[in-house]
Amino acid sequence: MRAIGIILAGGNSNRMRELSNKRAIAAMPVAGSFRGIDFALSNMSNSHVQKVAVLTQYNSRSLNEHLSSSKWWDFGRKQGGLFVFTPTITADNGFWYRGTADAIAQNLTFLRNSHEPYVVIASGDGVYKLDFNKVLEYHIDKKADITVVTKRMADEEDCTRFGLVQTDEEGRITEFQEKPFVVSSRLVSTGIYVIRRRHLIELIEKSMEEERFDFVRDILVRYMSVKRIFSYEMDSYWNNISSVEAYFKTNMDFLKKDIRDFFFRQYPDVYSKIDDLPPAKYNPGSAVRNSLISSGCIINGVVENSLLFKKVYVGNNCTIKNSIILNDVHIGDNTYIENCIVESRDTIRANSTHIGENGEIKIVVEKNERYGF
Amino acid sequence: MIKKEMIAMLLAGGQGSRLGVLTSSIAKPAVSFGGKYRIIDFPLSNCINSGVDTVGVLTQYQPLRLNTHIGIGIPWDLDRNIGGVSILPPYEKSTNAEWYSGTANAIFQNLKYMEYYNPEYVLILGGDHIYKMDYEVMLDFHKSNNADITLATIPVPMEEASRFGVVITDDKRRILEFEEKPPKPRSNLASMGIYIFNWKVLRQALIDLSEQPGCDFGKHIIPYCHERGDRVFAYEFNGYWKDVGTLTSYWESNMELIDIVPEFNLYEEFWKIYTKNDVTPPQYIAADAVVERCIIGEGTEIYGRVYNSVIGAGVTIGKNAEVHDSIIMKNTEIGDNTKVNKAIIAENCVIGFDSELGVGEEATNVKFPKIYTDGLVTIGEGSVIPNNVRIGKNTAISGGTTLDDYPSGQLKSGESIIKAGDLR
Repeated sequence: MRAIGIILAGGNSNRMRELSNKRAIAAMPVAGSFRGIDFALSNMSNSHVQKVAVLTQYNSRSLNEHLSSSKWWDFGRKQGGLFVFTPTITADNGFWYRGTADAIAQNLTFLRNSHEPYVVIASGDGVYKLDFNKVLEYHIDKKADITVVTKRMADEEDCTRFGLVQTDEEGRITEFQEKPFVVSSRLVSTGIYVIRRRHLIELIEKSMEEERFDFVRDILVRYMSVKRIFSYEMDSYWNNISSVEAYFKTNMDFLKKDIRDFFFRQYPDVYSKIDDLPPAKYNPGSAVRNSLISSGCIINGVVENSLLFKKVYVGNNCTIKNSIILNDVHIGDNTYIENCIVESRDTIRANSTHIGENGEIKIVVEKNERYGF
Repeated sequence: MIKKEMIAMLLAGGQGSRLGVLTSSIAKPAVSFGGKYRIIDFPLSNCINSGVDTVGVLTQYQPLRLNTHIGIGIPWDLDRNIGGVSILPPYEKSTNAEWYSGTANAIFQNLKYMEYYNPEYVLILGGDHIYKMDYEVMLDFHKSNNADITLATIPVPMEEASRFGVVITDDKRRILEFEEKPPKPRSNLASMGIYIFNWKVLRQALIDLSEQPGCDFGKHIIPYCHERGDRVFAYEFNGYWKDVGTLTSYWESNMELIDIVPEFNLYEEFWKIYTKNDVTPPQYIAADAVVERCIIGEGTEIYGRVYNSVIGAGVTIGKNAEVHDSIIMKNTEIGDNTKVNKAIIAENCVIGFDSELGVGEEATNVKFPKIYTDGLVTIGEGSVIPNNVRIGKNTAISGGTTLDDYPSGQLKSGESIIKAGDLR
């Protein structure tokens, strides 16, 4: 591949409510046995992008733990590899990443020392499968300066949380509105960009001189009229998980057969860290309907229209409906859970009830009473 | 300088012919077990959990699946700069070329491998048992007795002892006598086929007996060392240990995993069993599916009803299909409305719809009466079973079958259709 990869995984959003207390969005568990960043990393690996930098900043403990070995995505190579860059104090910089452009600027050496002509920039919160080679071909074909991967969202989707794009008939972006109040287009930016490496270095250096730190506002929007910025519209599944509602919906999408088949049964695979958990176990008294169950789970109760992530224990006479139970949760006997997201490693005491009411998703954060102090 | 205290030699070359069509195209240690594992995962995980990081795996019979499974040993953390896992197949020498003719002969042909690591002790393991065992504790026992050879043994019920090789020891656990399948056993300590040798003792014995045809540990090496007065001790192991050498014992030990608190517990944090995971997604249980008393592997999709079964990864069980008391391995598909009763169905099979497996009266298998017993239906890897057929008990099928193979849409109890694999 003629490109290196950068994954922007520093982000946090208050739209994630309590879920972001524990980790960066890119480390959010997704679809039972994955993490947000697995999709970007697997796409990089499957597109033969061999050298990838992950830029992290916000609460990266969980993410770093997930990335502790690069072998799961096949990056442990002599040529290339996986690099995790957190902000550091250097002789000429003492700042945190002040924005996406600044994050790249603080790691400009990574770009300078590479020889690949292109850079694929992606975010760590997208759930999708994409061959970046196709985007690169399009980029070259259009003689673009920057290519933005876009997705046309369904009508019911709230688009005000995205960057909205309008193009001319050739595909060149003529308008870019970041999180507007009024939706003018359903074509949204996925936060995936292709750009020539030298060109990126130039643009970033210029921005730094001007003390402009945001890639979207200070580069994409600012240069729109003078640079050839194109839209590559992807037609397969894409969603991001950066709000509780979107996170919930994206996970629930995996209960649909076509989406499962697309991600799990069609080439290429999505990879994740292997946890060596035993198969899921269904004891007498369990009744599971329309649900996804991950390895290491032990089920003694009723589970309906829900996702159980890895190593969840469901006690006797429990009912779990329309909920997401994250990794390593212990649910005591006679518990009722509906319309909830249960935070990972929780211990839910027996005989408790948690219901998200009025269409609201309740986030359940309980103390962990099983693992020491 | 390279120096390892103890290295392991894992004998994984056997066919395991008593597993019938399950091993018609793969070696027994590569047979799936417990929804996501293969039999060899147990000794390999025991090795790394015991701190043994150098393992030679001796292969001979149908090694492809074993080779791809083990690779460079990543799942077991056995990818090491020095040591790690090495696959040791038979090889041609300048003077001759011979297969591994016996367990000890196989080890003898790899003397150079062991010499390279310069060990104090060599651990000899088989690849056909399900157990969790700390070999380091056995080594401590070996050292504290100043032993030359230590055999791992397990107490078995006295009435079953005549099926095993048993040892008679003094009160310090030094072995006085061996009895191979004795009609009237004098001891119930059965040998588990696991040995620790002092490297020098092993090396000399292998060289001394190198002319012995089919040189075997149990039959030749151990008696030889015992007779010449070496200190041979019996280490007593008291955990779960299950031979999966026959279809019935294989089926039973899988079924034991679905007990509420299984005797052999895979869910403990301590002593994890590692395996190569190539399927990671969660499993899907459909709205009208029923799953009761089962363990199910990753990425499987269940649309029908499954009771008392062990289901592997990537399996699809169709709408209104019904599975009872069965083992279904990786990537197999069971068609809509098909009923499966007490069957072992190997990997990558396609079972059509509207069929029934395991029906009718029991009858002894005609061709292989000792292999296909206890009413089991056994279906080999990659088999295809057409729609609308009835298959009886004590039956075996391997290879792609069509409706023409089933006279009046039926395979009677005790019949077999063997169209693929080595076992005919």
